[in-house]
Amino acid sequence: MTEFFQHLVNGLSVGTIYALIALGYTMVYGVLKLINFAHGDVYMVGAFSGFYLAHALGVEQRPTAGKAFVVFVGSMIVCGALGVIIERFAYRPLRQRPRLTALITAIGVSFLLEYGFQLPSFGLTALPFPPGPTPRFFPQPFERISWAIGGVELSNYDVVSLLVAFGFMLGLQLVVYRTRFGTAMRAVSFDAQVAGLMGINVNRVIAGTFALGSVLAAVAALLVAGSRPSIDPIMGLMPGLKAFVAAVFGGIGNVPGAMVGGLVLGLAEEYVAGYWLSSYRDAIAFAILIVVLLVRPEGLFGRTRAEKV
Amino acid sequence: MRALRLVLRSLLPFLVGLPILWLLQGGLSEAWAIILMSAGVNVILAVSLNVVNGFTGQFSIGHAGFMAVGAYTAAKITMAARDVQIVGLPPGASDALIFLLALLAGMLLAGLAGLLVGMPSLRLRGDYLAIVTLGFNEIIRVIIENTAFLGQATGISGLPRRTTFVWVGMGAIATVAMARRLAGSTHGRALLAIREDEVAAEAMGVDTTGYKVRAFVISSAFAGLAGGLLVHLIQLCTPRTFTFVKSIEVVVMVVLGGLGSVTGSLVAALVLSLALEGLRELQEYRMVMYSLLLIVLMLTRPSGIFGTREIWDWLPRLRPGRREGAPP
Repeated sequence: MTEFFQHLVNGLSVGTIYALIALGYTMVYGVLKLINFAHGDVYMVGAFSGFYLAHALGVEQRPTAGKAFVVFVGSMIVCGALGVIIERFAYRPLRQRPRLTALITAIGVSFLLEYGFQLPSFGLTALPFPPGPTPRFFPQPFERISWAIGGVELSNYDVVSLLVAFGFMLGLQLVVYRTRFGTAMRAVSFDAQVAGLMGINVNRVIAGTFALGSVLAAVAALLVAGSRPSIDPIMGLMPGLKAFVAAVFGGIGNVPGAMVGGLVLGLAEEYVAGYWLSSYRDAIAFAILIVVLLVRPEGLFGRTRAEKV
Repeated sequence: MRALRLVLRSLLPFLVGLPILWLLQGGLSEAWAIILMSAGVNVILAVSLNVVNGFTGQFSIGHAGFMAVGAYTAAKITMAARDVQIVGLPPGASDALIFLLALLAGMLLAGLAGLLVGMPSLRLRGDYLAIVTLGFNEIIRVIIENTAFLGQATGISGLPRRTTFVWVGMGAIATVAMARRLAGSTHGRALLAIREDEVAAEAMGVDTTGYKVRAFVISSAFAGLAGGLLVHLIQLCTPRTFTFVKSIEVVVMVVLGGLGSVTGSLVAALVLSLALEGLRELQEYRMVMYSLLLIVLMLTRPSGIFGTREIWDWLPRLRPGRREGAPP
């Protein structure tokens, strides 16, 4: 029973991360019908901008709550800006072209970020930038306190990251369903052309969607980097793929679906790997994807939309 | 008589190619032979990937995964049959026959893997395939690294050197002939129709999923062939050879040459392989250059060098499927 609850704690903390990343995939897919391949790498950039900010502020020497907050907000801003830049220069020029063109560009952007960060350092800064392929150690923003409740190990990091993740998901829910921007976003996702005719600035909404998704990726990255402090330039690949699976599972384009999908995927992975196939952890998401595509390709909450000719 | 002519026509590229390759092999220095052989393997990869990414308009980015399946199958077979001598054959011929069977087995298993991956993902629109193949590529690596039978992370070393210039050349000829004849066949026409407009193709009665899956299986099988040839050239079979860096390399070749052009893939594969050989010291920048190349190509010239044109469009006598009396 202890083991069961331990897996529950671990599964929830992994699942919220997947959910946060999956939200970015699903929102961008909703407005652009594009799988934003680079999203997992925006997550990686989030971790690294947190890393550089933390070093600039000296978090390692004297961690304070204020510094942690600055690091958090700073890398959210960096990632949001990165998302907007990627959209502006890589995807917007291709919006009228065949979908394949944008997909190839997205793959290009993804690899550019992954391998750009693995280049040898330019030597301009004290900390090497680009960081190179070796993993780096993310400084701890506050002291780690672990409790054992009935044998289940739980740390303050787990509690904080669960609270922050659920807070952001709730916030996003409010933004999407309760604000003007969210209404505009849903309208663009429903039909971009008609939304444009109704006076919605489609370009701005799409840029805003990218910013929102990238900010959530940064949040996810920092929560992960806080509890598992080793970061490297290809850290975004696997979480990115799995978050995509979570988005498909929940119904791609559907915001609550991505949250549920992420949590389910995290729990499934934790339980299957914990009780049964420990060395094939990374293959589980893939198996789930194949089953979803075979059984219910529109996902849990997705609706099948008839293709108009 | 007509049947004989047809058989001869399909064997012609091989019959012409064999003596030429043989002569070239004798005249080449060892260093050049190795460079050209790895270029030839890339030609097989690029042309076979073009069947999916170019002809069918789907997008696979996990070609190296299928390569790995073919490579490990072939490597396991040649390692098991290292000391086997088929009765009644000279040693050279016996080795060659075993190698051929190993390559064919590799193609078969890679094709099966293609079926497994393609069946669920190709029922839907193309972009799912990209993610699934990328995932598959990673999963294959995870599985190999966890399986003692396949040598885990260290892989299988000490493979016999079976791949020669003639083998690679014949493989490349077979791949190009396959792609060329496929493009001119009913099957190929269906694939082109799917690429141009999937909904319209389906309305015209094309079994879109079936054709897509078959194209994907063919493409995966040839990736398996390339894998088998490659590991018997470098005499080492490790999961590191088949990471998605390799997959992306092949994608860049296909996109650069022009999605849908066999000639384009062939030329781009040769040019890129030889250019890489010349720019050894820029290895670290290779992936960055590839990704920039992809982005810039898509933004400025998404059709690549050749677009969908082929060399045989300019040489009408070579055009496949041309019959007398038919309109040009």
